[in-house]
Amino acid sequence: MAKNGWALRWPALKQLSTGDLAGLGESAMTERTRTLRPRVVEADKVVDSVCPFCGVGCGQKVYVKDGRIMDIEGDYDSPISQGCLCPKGSATMQLVTGTHRTMSVLYRRPYGRKWEKIPLDKAMDMVAERVKKARDETWEEQHEKGHPLRRTLGIAHLGGATLDNEENYLIKKLFTALGIVQVENQARI
Amino acid sequence: MAECHPVGFRWVMEAKRRGATIIHVDPRFTRTSAVADIHVPIRPGSDIAFLGALVNYIISNDLWFKEYVVNYTNAAALVSEDYKDTEDLDGLFSGWDHEKGQYDPSSWQYRGLDVTPAAGHREMFSGEPRAERGAIVSAEQHDYTLTDPLCVFQIIKRHYSRYTPEMVEEACGVPRELFEKVARALCENSGPERTGAFCYAVGWTQHSVGVQYIRTAAIVQLLLGNIGRPGGGIMALRGHASIQGSTDIPTLYNMLPGYLPMPKASYDTDLQKYIEYNESASGWWSEFPKYMVSLLKAWYGPAATLQNDWCYDYLPHITGDHSHMVTVAAMADALIQGYFVMGENPAVGSMNCALQRKGLRNLKWLVVRDFAPTETAEFWHNAPEVVSGQVRTEDIGTEVFFFPCAAHTEKDGSFTNTQRLLQWHHKAVEPPGDCRSELHFAWHLGRRLKELYRASSAPKDRAIRDLTWDYRSIGAIEEPDAEEVLAEIGGYTLGDKKSLSGYKELKNDGGTVCGCWIYCGCYKDGTNQAARRKPASEQSWVAPEWGWAWPANRRLLYNRASADPQGRPWSERKKYVWWDAGEKKWTGVDNPDFIVDRSPDYRPGPEAKGIDTLSGIDPFIMQAEGKAWLYDPNGLLDGPLPTHYEPEESVLKNPLYGQQCNPARMEWIRKENPYHKAWGDTDYPFIATTYRLTEHHTAGGMTRWVPWLCELQPEMFVEVSPELAALRGLENGGWATVSTVRGEIEARVLVTERMHSFVQQGRTLHTVGIPYHWSWIGRSTGDAANELTAFVADPNVSIEESKAFSVQIVAGRRSRKRRAAASGPLVDREVEGPERDQPEVREKPAGKHGLHAGKTELTEEA
Repeated sequence: MAKNGWALRWPALKQLSTGDLAGLGESAMTERTRTLRPRVVEADKVVDSVCPFCGVGCGQKVYVKDGRIMDIEGDYDSPISQGCLCPKGSATMQLVTGTHRTMSVLYRRPYGRKWEKIPLDKAMDMVAERVKKARDETWEEQHEKGHPLRRTLGIAHLGGATLDNEENYLIKKLFTALGIVQVENQARI
Repeated sequence: MAECHPVGFRWVMEAKRRGATIIHVDPRFTRTSAVADIHVPIRPGSDIAFLGALVNYIISNDLWFKEYVVNYTNAAALVSEDYKDTEDLDGLFSGWDHEKGQYDPSSWQYRGLDVTPAAGHREMFSGEPRAERGAIVSAEQHDYTLTDPLCVFQIIKRHYSRYTPEMVEEACGVPRELFEKVARALCENSGPERTGAFCYAVGWTQHSVGVQYIRTAAIVQLLLGNIGRPGGGIMALRGHASIQGSTDIPTLYNMLPGYLPMPKASYDTDLQKYIEYNESASGWWSEFPKYMVSLLKAWYGPAATLQNDWCYDYLPHITGDHSHMVTVAAMADALIQGYFVMGENPAVGSMNCALQRKGLRNLKWLVVRDFAPTETAEFWHNAPEVVSGQVRTEDIGTEVFFFPCAAHTEKDGSFTNTQRLLQWHHKAVEPPGDCRSELHFAWHLGRRLKELYRASSAPKDRAIRDLTWDYRSIGAIEEPDAEEVLAEIGGYTLGDKKSLSGYKELKNDGGTVCGCWIYCGCYKDGTNQAARRKPASEQSWVAPEWGWAWPANRRLLYNRASADPQGRPWSERKKYVWWDAGEKKWTGVDNPDFIVDRSPDYRPGPEAKGIDTLSGIDPFIMQAEGKAWLYDPNGLLDGPLPTHYEPEESVLKNPLYGQQCNPARMEWIRKENPYHKAWGDTDYPFIATTYRLTEHHTAGGMTRWVPWLCELQPEMFVEVSPELAALRGLENGGWATVSTVRGEIEARVLVTERMHSFVQQGRTLHTVGIPYHWSWIGRSTGDAANELTAFVADPNVSIEESKAFSVQIVAGRRSRKRRAAASGPLVDREVEGPERDQPEVREKPAGKHGLHAGKTELTEEA
């Protein structure tokens, strides 16, 4: 490279020669900064999503590469949020990819002092058996005054405001068919 | 709002940029106050006194929107001559039954007409099947001059006549000049040309009079003509991504999807009675049978026939209140075997969380589903009562299953946001390890149970055997197809499985299937309407093609009220929906919330039935008479009009009435749940209020494990004013111990002028502000605020009171982790003091598990 060219890359001269007196424009650029690109352009796909925290419902874009989430950002198309996310929404990436997440089913025996890992299918079988047993043992067919009850008060449920509509629907549908009436969620809190 | 719904708040800032006045009423100075034009520090628990004074200001200064009020509200309706107001009975309404310990609402009714409430406690309206009572709206008596002393308008005027600026000063600690500034700003911003909006969150709901807080705002907004108009309304800023959805499709005990009531044992003994008790002879709820039959067809499919009442007798029946705290009290008494907790953390987030944990200790088994084991999953070790030795792990017999959940990015599904908008989130990646969606869990649990009951011929098992449960299974993990579930919720015709376009297409003859009638049409044309994402920049400001809002993709409810009685916009500036006389239909920028071809000059004849009873000037179509209720003749357990009552644990005597607290409130008289004195408790002399911070979410299950957020807000703290710090020797950054008779917690102290001291009734009152996100596990830990709170609740909705109670605060780390729920009240003392109730209210019949509530007879097995 010519000596002249080197001198012109000297910042003060560069600022003067390019008219960039504040030093915030072209003179601040290097080859590296010129070729910088947002990571998300390397994504294999961008998936439309919704922030999972509060009830505002901000739009999210989930960027996926090699089957893994590489970033989650605000959705500029959303009439609700116009690209914005709050501190919690901006941390969604860490919520869903963080090391805090437990990947196995854990089981604590009665009177036990520790968790044990058990297979998912086995745990599902165990829960189904316990639901049947509790339901059969506590079934109330009718009130002493003869009114129909057809229910169990031996089983209860809590939660739903963090779940999807479709999930709440299946929970309510299944539990009602089982006669479970003590079904509640955060709306009461 | 700026703290807890920051991105929603940017629209408030946009309104401010365009000239709106922002008023913030909050005990604390927050990020919202920082940018508001007016901040009003208010004593926690005194909002009805403040809002009631606004009602009085509007009426006494003749600032109400007359044409709107006379035509669109029940202001002109005449009320029963037996009605007595709280002004007559020192804080009670007529109808208090001292033996039953509850109100009989018959004296609150309209004259000549028994009207069915559109919501709330419909069972109050009982005795005779209501369809036979002929709720003929034309029988209603009116005085359109609004001068009859027993017309709704005059009753309201008198009820709030003592809610003066001076009373605001005495009850709320708000200087009268500041109150008048707010009142002026609000009224100047209302009328044909302008509208004002109210936004609230659980700061209003979590009181023993919570429902009536919001009712008072409704009275203000109706008097000012601010409902059903653009820029108006009362917006509940809800705290979870789908808390609205989980109310619409309720994982709640008292409702079936679409706000259909759960059958009540003593009334709804068969389908005919259930329909008679719950449909209305007039207004939109006259369509009730269509919604119920379509739901039963969705659930029980071919088994549901006309001959067997569409399998109505498969449904379980409720006997009274089975809400969360009622259930936990039963659990603590070892009456519940199994408990499912999905994405919630009651051991931190619910009232008196040590009592919650006692409930968990008395289960046979517990299933928790979350990202990582929460305090609810790990109540059996390291809980405060375990660390202090009051309870031993090896004595806890509960079997606990922890299932890791899939994140929203790992499953398809819809959230319903706080504006009733359904938005679909698409699956981006597979869930890791054994993490699964709740859809997967519910479906596979159901499949297993159907298999376990397959061979049973017992009548009790027919519902599970006949339950429609065939959803397409996707991929190696056998995830059920969420879109198929949405299609069932949205409804289709039974014959050709054609998706329905809206609830008006539903039938009561078994020809349609619909899992939630208000969501009918969300899968219109076989397309997932919730997944629509036409960019905001490519459509109108109403953005009707972004997601899908219930009902019928309407973005603003009751929007007929945005036009005047003749159907013309109230003003060009506030134009939204109007009558097109040429086309003879309603039109506008949104889907009109009205019968589309009903002319403004239509008036029903005396023979009209069902929705034909709605006149052309009845915008509030869900109400039996089409008018908004300034006054509730029925449906509320604690009175037809909001009335200022003090919190269960107050620092002040009620300045307005001899009746200190809501007479119908729910109390739990249990040794694990002792209360302080009604007021003036010298052991617990300070006000406490709980709240959230921007950087954490509710009980912390989604934030206390996330390092970025823990770094932003790393530690539990309490906020106190410099005056309270000086009084109690508290140092900024030092430690304090906050206690109630139920529990004690330690926290760092933040001394800040953001906390306000109030001078009222000759005393200086101090407030301790307590964020409630923390507990003992996660990456950021601290003591939980709800170790302090009590089981005490609003009677209408069973929501607890955590926004105003009394505490003690001392400097230093003095907690011994004592809990009333583990070893009895922290202080051994006789609680004698002023009464909360008038003599006739004092003896309420005791319900089960310590519950004393003014609603046993009305809602429980009679």
